[in-house]
Amino acid sequence: MALLQISEPGMSTAPHQHRLAVGIDLGTTNSLVASVRSGIARVLDDIQGRSLVPSVVRYHADGKVEVGFEAQIRQSDDPHNTIVSVKRFMGRSLADLGDPGRFPYKFVDAPGMVQLQTAAGNKSPVEVSADILKVLRDRAERSLGGDLVGAVITVPAYFDDAQRQATKDAAKLAGLNILRLLNEPTAAAIAYGLDNAAEGVYAVYDLGGGTFDVSILKLTRGLFEVLSTNGDSALGGDDFDQRVFCWIVEQSRLTPLNAKDTRLLLTRAREAKEQLTEHDEARITALLSTGELVDLNLTTAKFNEITANLVSKTLAPTRKALRDAGLAADEVKGVVMVGGATRMPCIRHAVGEFFGQTPLTNLDPDKVVALGAAMQADVLAGNRKQDDDWLLLDVIPLSLGLETMGGLTEKVIPRNTTIPVARAQEFTTFKDGQTAMSFHVVQGERELVSDCRSLAKFELRGIPPMVAGAARIRVTFQVDADGLLSVSARELGTGIEAAITVKPSYGLSDDEIAGMLNDANAFAEEDMKARALNEQRVDGNSLVQATRAALEQDGEALLSLEERAAIRAGIADLEQRIAAEDHLAIKRAVESLNEATGDFAARRMDASVKKALRGHKLNEL
Amino acid sequence: MDFHANHFRLFDLPTLFRLDAGELETAYRKLQNEVHPDRFAAAGEAEKRLSMQWATKVNEAFQTLKKPLTRGAYLLQLQGMDVFSEKHTAFPPAFLMQQMEWREAVGDARQARNTGALDRLSRELRDETKRLESELASQLDDMQDYEAAAATVRKMKFMHKLIEEIGDAQEEIETV
Repeated sequence: MALLQISEPGMSTAPHQHRLAVGIDLGTTNSLVASVRSGIARVLDDIQGRSLVPSVVRYHADGKVEVGFEAQIRQSDDPHNTIVSVKRFMGRSLADLGDPGRFPYKFVDAPGMVQLQTAAGNKSPVEVSADILKVLRDRAERSLGGDLVGAVITVPAYFDDAQRQATKDAAKLAGLNILRLLNEPTAAAIAYGLDNAAEGVYAVYDLGGGTFDVSILKLTRGLFEVLSTNGDSALGGDDFDQRVFCWIVEQSRLTPLNAKDTRLLLTRAREAKEQLTEHDEARITALLSTGELVDLNLTTAKFNEITANLVSKTLAPTRKALRDAGLAADEVKGVVMVGGATRMPCIRHAVGEFFGQTPLTNLDPDKVVALGAAMQADVLAGNRKQDDDWLLLDVIPLSLGLETMGGLTEKVIPRNTTIPVARAQEFTTFKDGQTAMSFHVVQGERELVSDCRSLAKFELRGIPPMVAGAARIRVTFQVDADGLLSVSARELGTGIEAAITVKPSYGLSDDEIAGMLNDANAFAEEDMKARALNEQRVDGNSLVQATRAALEQDGEALLSLEERAAIRAGIADLEQRIAAEDHLAIKRAVESLNEATGDFAARRMDASVKKALRGHKLNEL
Repeated sequence: MDFHANHFRLFDLPTLFRLDAGELETAYRKLQNEVHPDRFAAAGEAEKRLSMQWATKVNEAFQTLKKPLTRGAYLLQLQGMDVFSEKHTAFPPAFLMQQMEWREAVGDARQARNTGALDRLSRELRDETKRLESELASQLDDMQDYEAAAATVRKMKFMHKLIEEIGDAQEEIETV
């Protein structure tokens, strides 16, 4: 029976509408979706009660797509068309992959990002990830019983701009509204911090299937402040499997393997690794397609020996993160372990020794990231009361800069700067009469441009001819709260403005995404229209709600009678459009209401800044 | 509140070099709590854009005021001085000598991969920086001697760079 709703005293008389929002951990090996219901974050299970979705996608020639367990069982039979660990290829070119031969796929060298050849055609890692996200979205909508307002999707803290942009594109392709990209160790810290009411400096050691992150955070009541982060976006549990795999091949003196046998032995390697978590030795048996029989015994001692340098590869970034935070290992109050790979005893031992304390493992290392993301999604969707929420201050993991003369990098924003951030730097011309300038945006810590990741190249034209060194071109870097960069350049010397804004080149343009959406067989044209209408309605309703709340709070204090009337008219118009069927008309009404409330928003912001400082004064007294 | 207000006024603090770090941090958190984009994830585009601009500004102001070196340079900038422009590159001879000695010592320790010596040098430079900071405080706040203050800020910048180089050298030794 539906219960009648009564609002809290002093609050809006409109019934409190819980906005459905989820947190998604899009992992290398497994993915999860979680949500906060009745104040508690829970991972959403499938009908069979399973919470993990293996991040495995199998493509059939007829366009059918299998995701998760059903794809995973078939990975040895159909290795070319069954994509595992696709996260490793996000935002990566063929050249980035090093030795592509160690993967059982046919790669296609596409501009910007590598693609995978399958029975259903070439697939970009963005599309493969979107197929995983769609399954999670469907699960969430079914289990929560409604359309999602949005999702927080986690990414490794050490993901660069290209990898973040690719993740955002995948979400868009899956029809998800991204509330925020959230760094995985930060998500884990939220879940851990809120669960344990933790205060002080904590380290999060996050070793996933294919990525390693370490973050140092300061937790105080209501504030999660990331001090520094470091890592390796191509190091994870998979690499331990690979070591065991190489050991098997070497011990059994196997001839070059086909894709099926490679996949089979990689699976056996993973099983052996997992068995060593609880036992001192693991037996590895496999019958290969060549008729060769593998039968080996792997001991813990041997396993530790062949993986020792992988373990120490995680400690170097940990040391750097501590140095960047200006802290010593013994100043860290607790070390939170995240990621399935931290179950390995050798990892727990090494981390314990490094920090001089037993690492914290009381939260499920597979679920803690998704749970933290769900909690953050709940806050971002505006479901929590003002005094019952928290603020998160995160940083950029890698320095951002520009190429200067001689192929050298000039850092514009150093790593571990709190976001959002904007920095400007001025440059000048090299030759007399120079009218154009080209910029190369890079990310990384190395001095030579060739050792950093290239993010974008663009040109500023129309600089008035002057003597060398007279023009003043200001280049501005802006990093938003998702950690995504945009760059603009402007000529200041003469007052003539020539400006350009670029987004790094790895991301897909909106047109490309629209094209992919059109191509997707999953939706017929009618479905597409229905979905677009639905999305615009969700957008429109949330704007109506936000504007109403703003009017109620500050309308009388900050707006004249006429101004209020104009905004009310905008709301009424938008509501009328929402009730009709034309999604483009809703979009236009949303835009015009946004425009109409621009001044109001500015005044509200000023007022809240003033209020914050007054509050500050009162507390001091 | 004026978006273009100076960083001190933004946090409602007196425009002085001597500053209560705790007070600055409290004001920063209070402000960020109001303007951060996470507070506006469900808001309209106009508010989202404003929030990003404000949060960016608040971060910039906080980072500038938090570190004595950038706080000093900022106070001089408010006086219309650009301390790091190329016009001012000359150090007094005594400091130049001292500078060369330090550089040499760092170079030697790096070569010898002597982390102990690097640690000692780093501590020495930090102590010297602390001394310069208190000198700067009286030059700026008590004597309003901006020329002398600018010279001190440039010395601090040199120290800062050298401390960073030591950090890089230590990292290099640890990773190999």
